Amino acid sequence: MIAPPEVPRLRMTDIRKRFGMVTALRGVSLEVGPGEVHALIGENGAGKSTMMKILSGALRPDEGSIQIDGQGYQPANPQEGRESGIAMVYQELTLAPDLTVSENIVLGSEPHRFGWIQSVQQKERAVHALTQLKHLNLPLDEKVRNLSVAQQQIVEIARALLSNPKVLVLDEPTSSLTRVDTEALFTVINRIKQTGVSIVYISHFLEECRQVASRFTVLRDGSSVGSGSFESTSQEQIIEMMVGRSIAQLYPRLAHELGEERLIVKNLKGISKPSDVNFSIRTGEIVGVAGLVGSGRTETLRVLFGLDKYQGGVVTYNGKNMIPLKPRRWLKQGVGMLSENRKEEGLLLNRSLTENLTLTKLGPLTKCGFISPAREQTRSRELLQKMNVKFSSSTQPVQDLSGGNQQKVAIGRLIHHEADLFLLDEPTRGIDVGSKSEIYLLIQELAAAGKSVLFISSYLPELLGVCDRIAVMNRGKLIALKPASEWTEHSIMTTAIGAESDSLS
Amino acid sequence: MNTGTLKKLMTLIGPFLGLIGLFLFFAIDSENGGFFRDPSNLRIIIIQTVIVALGALGMTMIIVSGGIDLSVGSVISLSGVTAAVILNTAVASGIGASTSAWLAVGAGLGVGCLVGGINGSLITTLRIPAFIVTLGMLGIARGTSKWLAGNQAVAVEKSWIGSLLSQSQLYFHFPIGVWITIVLAVLTSVLMKYTIFGRYMYAVGSNESTARLCGINVGLNRIMIYSLAGTLFGLTGIMQLARLRTGDPTVAVGLELDIIAAVIIGGASLSGGKGGILGSIIGALIMSVLRVGSTQRDWPNYIQEIIIGIVIILAVTVDHFRSRKDKS
Repeated sequence: MIAPPEVPRLRMTDIRKRFGMVTALRGVSLEVGPGEVHALIGENGAGKSTMMKILSGALRPDEGSIQIDGQGYQPANPQEGRESGIAMVYQELTLAPDLTVSENIVLGSEPHRFGWIQSVQQKERAVHALTQLKHLNLPLDEKVRNLSVAQQQIVEIARALLSNPKVLVLDEPTSSLTRVDTEALFTVINRIKQTGVSIVYISHFLEECRQVASRFTVLRDGSSVGSGSFESTSQEQIIEMMVGRSIAQLYPRLAHELGEERLIVKNLKGISKPSDVNFSIRTGEIVGVAGLVGSGRTETLRVLFGLDKYQGGVVTYNGKNMIPLKPRRWLKQGVGMLSENRKEEGLLLNRSLTENLTLTKLGPLTKCGFISPAREQTRSRELLQKMNVKFSSSTQPVQDLSGGNQQKVAIGRLIHHEADLFLLDEPTRGIDVGSKSEIYLLIQELAAAGKSVLFISSYLPELLGVCDRIAVMNRGKLIALKPASEWTEHSIMTTAIGAESDSLS
Repeated sequence: MNTGTLKKLMTLIGPFLGLIGLFLFFAIDSENGGFFRDPSNLRIIIIQTVIVALGALGMTMIIVSGGIDLSVGSVISLSGVTAAVILNTAVASGIGASTSAWLAVGAGLGVGCLVGGINGSLITTLRIPAFIVTLGMLGIARGTSKWLAGNQAVAVEKSWIGSLLSQSQLYFHFPIGVWITIVLAVLTSVLMKYTIFGRYMYAVGSNESTARLCGINVGLNRIMIYSLAGTLFGLTGIMQLARLRTGDPTVAVGLELDIIAAVIIGGASLSGGKGGILGSIIGALIMSVLRVGSTQRDWPNYIQEIIIGIVIILAVTVDHFRSRKDKS
């Protein structure tokens, strides 16, 4: 293990933060040396964002101290944070789309004389910032709106560097970048590192972190549970730190028997994606779908379920032709879909848990045409218990629950519907590890009971841990549907990317 | 009692206390208070509430389902004028006054239902925001009403319609129109709370995408909601006709704002998925206590308008703070 230098560039000690009843951070420490790239790793909800908001000055810690170069640091607001040498680049870019590249870079610190912007100096500064990044090919007078996401990110980083920061925080910088752009970004990060700036690199992509950073700190449930150097720590050790349990515990396996083909999809086409999708699912089978962002996984599911426009293809379920594709027809056949977007589409946020659970199948809960509150409550309690949802009342609005519990309610709706085929789009996105492992177990139980599951995910370990077969999607096509045992994380990634570079050349 | 139900009750308690407070404010006054709290004056307040309350029944369904209807005032006038014209024509062609009145009421309700159906269909098929469609309909319905009436008030033949809100024909202390409103309020409330259609109203209003995902035919439901609400607005027009005894094409201008205010004061949210009939009725009562109270105090009209404006902002602010507190 590499020992941190005597006086670290940044030292955060035992940071604690509560929001009302919720404890976000229960003792987090972090040390970053000068010119070091330090990966801050953790699942969603582990406390990474809260930690960085405290560092930036946007939030104040309840307890704990921060030092920069050995000096105490207590910013009252992000402005003070910036002046003390902390620069942030957030996941969601904060550029003004209708201003030019150079205007964006100097935004907030425009060189001016008597209120008039001095455009020559403005450009000089922008050029200076971009030179540091060796990215002079950016068109300075182009509106940021017309740049690619990767270019916009460079602009964002250039702006951050303009304040001569001591510590640069990059929050999930690669989440919307292609592989090629990611590599380019890493080159930029290395250049910044060489100028002596320390970088905190936040991500949950372990392989990326290993590639770009030398040391790491793992957060789990608001505590820092370990830190060290990547060289001396294996991938498995880090994952176990992140999830707090062994991998075998996280992905339980229940025996399930595969039966006949239940869903058959041939040449499914949507408006731009999917362009050609073929697959089938058997009874009792769990089929995973991997692929990069934008490869068309979600679009496939949405066209299939009848939420987006269908342009061609054959879909049969239990031998029955399902064209025209409509949610109502699927639900009638016992097929339910979980949306990847819990808040925008998945749930009626301001309605009760009960209403959210029973919405697709109210018929059996009625008496003489009226919904029977007694029957509905009984059913809803039963489901909440089965799904192990933590709640105070079945009539409370679902928005009061934590992400994991909200997701359990969304899945509980499919359980209430007594679906035979579960179409799950990113069922574990943005939820805590405990809820994740419950969902993995539930999927196994469903398969064991002869149900079928289509499981879309961006998180490869869970696909490998849960699925019977895995397909990879790329540029709107579903390629290579193979048993999970024949895949590795690496082979999935190369399949997902490989075809991409083919089509580029 | 569980917290969810308690919370729901809390949202009603605010408007209810507001109503009581307002009532006491006018009733305790030394000069006019005695007159204000006299039973016959209370009856006047209740009768005055009928029109806003009936409109609020329809508006609650629309707002809960995430929509809005700005054409209500015009629809009320169109329905009243239509009923007046039909009544006069029927009587003139030798049909008995009572039968003619039934025909007139049917026509008034039918016109309301039709306009509502058109609103709902345009919103659904053209995907134009409800605000725009019903703003257009506000003009169309008002114009049609004036055209039908020949641009002047239509005096109507005598019939039982006149007795709907008459203070001289009381059943258990109130005219029949009040009882109709109460019965319809109960029915609408049951419809919204205990039927699948009602559940879909809340679902569509709370999150249209979720409703689609759950196989709900959003368009059809929306058309049904607007048609049903339109029928209630048609009935409101009949009540307006009953009160004025003429089909007046210039009546109820801007009344939709009073109705929307009543619904919002009653706890509904303009972003949909939230609200209920009981709250809206309390909201309607608040509006008429304010109006009757200020009129009887000889406050000029503009004072009423200012007060009502303040009450709306106050009610929504209180609700906003409460829901923000819930979240943290």
